[in-house]
This record gives sequence, C-alpha cells and structure tokens, in this order.
Amino acid sequence: MSKRIEVRDLNVYYGKFKAVEDVSLTIEPRSVTAFIGPSGCGKSTFIRTLNRMHEVIPGAYVEGEVLVDGDNLYGAGIDPVLVRRQVGMVFQRPNPFPTMSIADNVLAGVKLNNRRISKSDADDLVEKSLQGANLWNEVKDRLDRPGSSLSGGQQQRLCIARAIAVEPEVILMDEPCSALDPISTLAIEDLIEELKRDYTIVIVTHNMQQASRVSDKTAFFTIAGTGMPGTLIEYDDTSVIFSNPSVKATEDYVSGKFG
Amino acid sequence: MAIDSTPAPLRTSTPANIHDHGRLNRRTPWTILGLSLAAGFGVAAFLGSVGATDGLSLTLALALGTVLYVVMITLISRQIEGTRQATDRFVTAMVTIAFTVAIIPLISLLFTVVTRGAARFDIQFFSESMRNVVGEGGGAAHAIVGTLLMTGTAAIISIPIGLMTAIYLVEYGRGPLARAITFFVDVMTGIPSIVAGLFAFALFALVFGPGVRMGFAGSIALSVLMIPVVVRSCEEMLRIVPNELREAAYALGVPKWLTVLKVVLPTSIAGITTGIMIAIARVIGETAPLLIVAGFTASMNYDMFNDRMQSLPVFVFTSYANQGVDSQAFLDRAWAGALTLILIVMVLNLTARLIARLFAPTLGR
Ligand SMILES: Nc1ncnc2c1ncn2[C@@H]1O[C@H](COP(=O)(O)OP(=O)(O)O)[C@@H](O)[C@H]1O
Ligand SMILES: [Mg+2]
Repeated sequence: MSKRIEVRDLNVYYGKFKAVEDVSLTIEPRSVTAFIGPSGCGKSTFIRTLNRMHEVIPGAYVEGEVLVDGDNLYGAGIDPVLVRRQVGMVFQRPNPFPTMSIADNVLAGVKLNNRRISKSDADDLVEKSLQGANLWNEVKDRLDRPGSSLSGGQQQRLCIARAIAVEPEVILMDEPCSALDPISTLAIEDLIEELKRDYTIVIVTHNMQQASRVSDKTAFFTIAGTGMPGTLIEYDDTSVIFSNPSVKATEDYVSGKFG
Repeated sequence: MAIDSTPAPLRTSTPANIHDHGRLNRRTPWTILGLSLAAGFGVAAFLGSVGATDGLSLTLALALGTVLYVVMITLISRQIEGTRQATDRFVTAMVTIAFTVAIIPLISLLFTVVTRGAARFDIQFFSESMRNVVGEGGGAAHAIVGTLLMTGTAAIISIPIGLMTAIYLVEYGRGPLARAITFFVDVMTGIPSIVAGLFAFALFALVFGPGVRMGFAGSIALSVLMIPVVVRSCEEMLRIVPNELREAAYALGVPKWLTVLKVVLPTSIAGITTGIMIAIARVIGETAPLLIVAGFTASMNYDMFNDRMQSLPVFVFTSYANQGVDSQAFLDRAWAGALTLILIVMVLNLTARLIARLFAPTLGR
C-alpha cells in the first residue's frame, strides 16, 4: 500500500512570493520522515505540495516534479482530487466535521464522495479505522455522538482514523501534536510507530525529541532571512542528523543554538 | 438609609483583611432610586399645583427622579466605595437609562397595536374579505392570502438566487466579476423600496402593456429588495465556516462542489436559515412597491398572474386612507391588520431562532 515519493527541483510560490526553493529529496515507503526547521521556513508549505493541497490557496502554484512511485503528481491531466485520495493529510489543529457524528466523521471520505456503502461494510470500516487510530476502545459506546464532544487528543486521532479510512498510500501530518498535551502526544507517537508498517508517513514537527523518537529520516529546512525562500539544508538518517550532521546550521539548530 | 459601611470587626489575634472595603448594601441603590423618584414626583406635583406645568407632568417627574438618582448614587458611592466603584455605578446608571429610552417606544408601539387591534382580531377578520363590505364586518383574509402568496413567491425567487450568489462570491468568486457582483449587491441593498416597485411596474408594463397589475409583479418587486439581503447574510454565514473544514474535506479527496454542498452548507445552515427568515420579515411589511404593482382590492384573489392582489400592509394603508362612512370600523380593521402583520413577523423570527437552536453545530473543541 505504501509508496516512494521523489521530489525533484521543487519551487513553491504564493503568487509572486517564492516560499520554498529548489527542494529535491526521496522518501522511502514504509518509513517515517520528519521535517524540522524554524517557523516560517516553509515546512507546511512544502508538505502541502505532496498532496496538491498547496494550490487550494488562491494564487499559489508549484514548479518542479513530485513523483509517487514514478508518476508525476504535477503532470498534465492529473486530477488533484484523485491525488488527495492517495495521499491523506492530518492538520495541526484537530478538525473533525462539527455536523457529523464520530462514526460519520470516519466515513466522511466515503459519504462526502456520495459513494454507496452497505451498513455492515460501513460498520466494519469504522471499527477498523478507529482501531487503526487507537481510538476504538474509547469511543465504541458513543459512535453517534458529535465528533466535537471528544478531547483534543481524541479528536486528532479521530482525524487520523478519518484519513486512514480512505486507504491512502501516504499520510502527511503537519504538526499533529502541537495542540495536544504530552499524554495525547505520546498516544499519537505510538500510533505513528504502528502506522508506518502500512503507510509512508511524513511529519512536520517543532519538537526535536519527537523527530528523533518517531522518524527514520529527518529533513532540516531553514531560511536565510525574512522574505527569502526556505531551502532544504540537510536530509539524512535521523540518527545522523541528531548526532553527527554534516552542515553547521543543522548542528546549531538541533543542539538549540539557533532558531 | 441602609449603608453597609461597618468596618471589619476588630479582631485581636488576626489583622483585618486588607481587601475589606466599604460596599453599598445590595438594597441601597434601590432605596436611593425609590427616594429619588418620590422626590421627582413631589417636585413635579408642586410645580403642577402652582401652575408652572399643566397638571402633574409624569415625564417631568420621571426625568427629575432619574437625574436625582444618578447624582445621588454617584456621590454616595464615592463617599463609601471609592471612585472606581462610583464610576462603575454612574456608567451602569447611564447605560440603563439609554436602554430604557430605547425600549420605551417599542413597548408603547406594541401596546398600542395590541389594544387597538384587539377590537377586530376575531374569526371573521381571518375568514372574510372586504368584498361588498361598506361599514362594519368584513375581514382581511384576502390581504393575508395575498401577503403570503406574494412574499412566498418572492422568497422562492430570491432564496436560490441569493444563496447561489453568496456561494459564488465566497467559494469561487475571484477577480473583476466577483468585485462587480459585490458592488451591485451593495448598491441594491440601498435601493428605496418605491424604486423597486417602479422597476417592476415598468418591466411588466413593457411586457403586458401599461397599467397592468398582478400579484406576481409584486413578488418581483419584493425579490429586488430581498435578493441583496439574502446575499449579504448568506455570504457572512458562509465566510465564518472555518477554512480548516474545507481543507479537511479536500484532503480526503472530496471535490470542491461536494465540499460546498455537504460540508460548508450543513455547517452554516442555521445561520443561513436565520438570515433568510430575517430577509423575509424585512420585505413582508413593504407597502409602497405593492401599492404600485399589485394595487389594492377588496376581493380574494388566488391568481398570481391576474388582477390586483391585496396585501396586509396595503390593507392597513387603504383602510386608513379611504375610511368609509363608518370610519371606526375601518380604523379597527387597520389596527387588526397591523397586529396580524406584527404577529407574522414575530412568528418568522421565532421560527428562525428555533431553527438556529436546532441545527447549530457544536463547534467547541
Ligand atoms: N497562505 C499564504 N499566503 C502567502 N504566504 C504564505 C501563506 N502561508 C504561508 N506563507 C508564507 O510562506 C512562508 C512559509 O510558511 P510556512 O510554510 O507556514 O512555514 P512553517 O510551516 O515552516 O512555519 C512564510 O514566509 C509564510 O509567511
Ligand atoms: Mg507550519
């Protein structure tokens, strides 16, 4: 189910403003890749190009190629809607649909797309996805309550369940724990550990320990100054980035000397 | 006066709480208010008896009493509670006065309409038209039906157009077309209702010849007034739907139109319904445009496309303007018509609130 992502010479723009410049990297299947770097260096911007969410912002566009198992996401005639069914996304703030119950939130990918699904298939999918997100035991007795009735950490796992219910190849997470307490954060980190058996996972984080705990590879981004585009400085195994980086800026950042 | 200025009891072991502070007893302001009003009435009565005013002037008494209260409460509070509390009491008094002054006309209006309208607020009023009625009796059934038909048709025309325009502006509109639409909606919001009536009149005169009057023309005139209101309120409601919800749907591979239909609209449906109800309430009382294009009549007319059609506001107006021989009967009917109109608007507003309560999504986290 999981796929390799290859990014080639990617430039990302908001209108005239170039937010990310010249990024090339390869993300292996069934691995966790962390993006770290100071605020505003374009981590969110870059991760959103991997499922073509970037272009929902008016005036935003991308130059370069993103290949998922060799197929260019930005090729002519590619439907971004279909790309997003393959590459799911979890956002910084938990955003369950307020009008839907917990079960319907999990089924959102199916129901919002008007796809028919039998009652028993739906029940199975809800259970499987919630179990996959380590949430089943906590909510199995109140599946028809609104999703907003859960705690922040539970809501975030609900959003993960919603993302895996559409069976994507890749899951992108943009600071999924930054709005959560340490216990919920740990629950999500454990979950990421399990998810990487089936999915390719990319996670943006501000938390260096989190990056070193959950990821196999780490990419360090930074900007030269305000108004300048963000660039990829170093991309390597997480252990190398945190113990023996080859670039001075990376070392300064991971050891807390700057940023 | 019951003023609670007793200092903290002297304790031998522990020092007095330093947060202890003089406070007016909870009943003291009311006592001051009562005394001030009494003084106001006293002065007013005296002035009335010496002939300075024409009898006991209620307005003068209340005004004097109020001013006296504001002065007294501020001074007393400053003495006992300190300047900060005194300022608080002064501003509280001013705000309450402003609120009372604003609410008095409203209550007086409701009171007048209810008392005068009650005389003819009977079954006959709702079951009969004015056909062949010259004096007493008769009713406004034809006007109620006309109002419901014309406003209903106006709503059927305006809601889809207004809602879809709002969706276009919020979800799709970029560039010059969206700016132009926003501009014209703004302009239309300010159109005087008589102009909308003249527009519909001219339009139907072009098609059906001069002097034509029909209920449908009234609906068109009302739509011209209603569409901008619907656009504005729906636009506002759609804009407050958090962008995160749209992005959540996109990230699940949901196309934009389905996102709008199944995420944005359900999330904002409560606000949209309220906005639409208020737009209806706004046009249901329109008189001038209906007077021009739908005319007035004493007979029941269910046909939107033929003949004049009466409406409640026009009924009120014509009953008052063309009083027959038994003028009291006409006035009573006018008031009963006004009361009916107010009740319809009230029901609309209550329904809107109920719907808002029932459908409002819980956005809390
Ligand atoms: N919607 C937007 N429109 C214009 N510029 C944006 C937008 N979002 C982010 N940016 C700019 O892009 C740069 C990178 O932002 P972002 O990707 O959010 O950084 P990070 O996630 O690393 O903190 C910043 O300079 C930011 O101001
Ligand atoms: Mg970010």
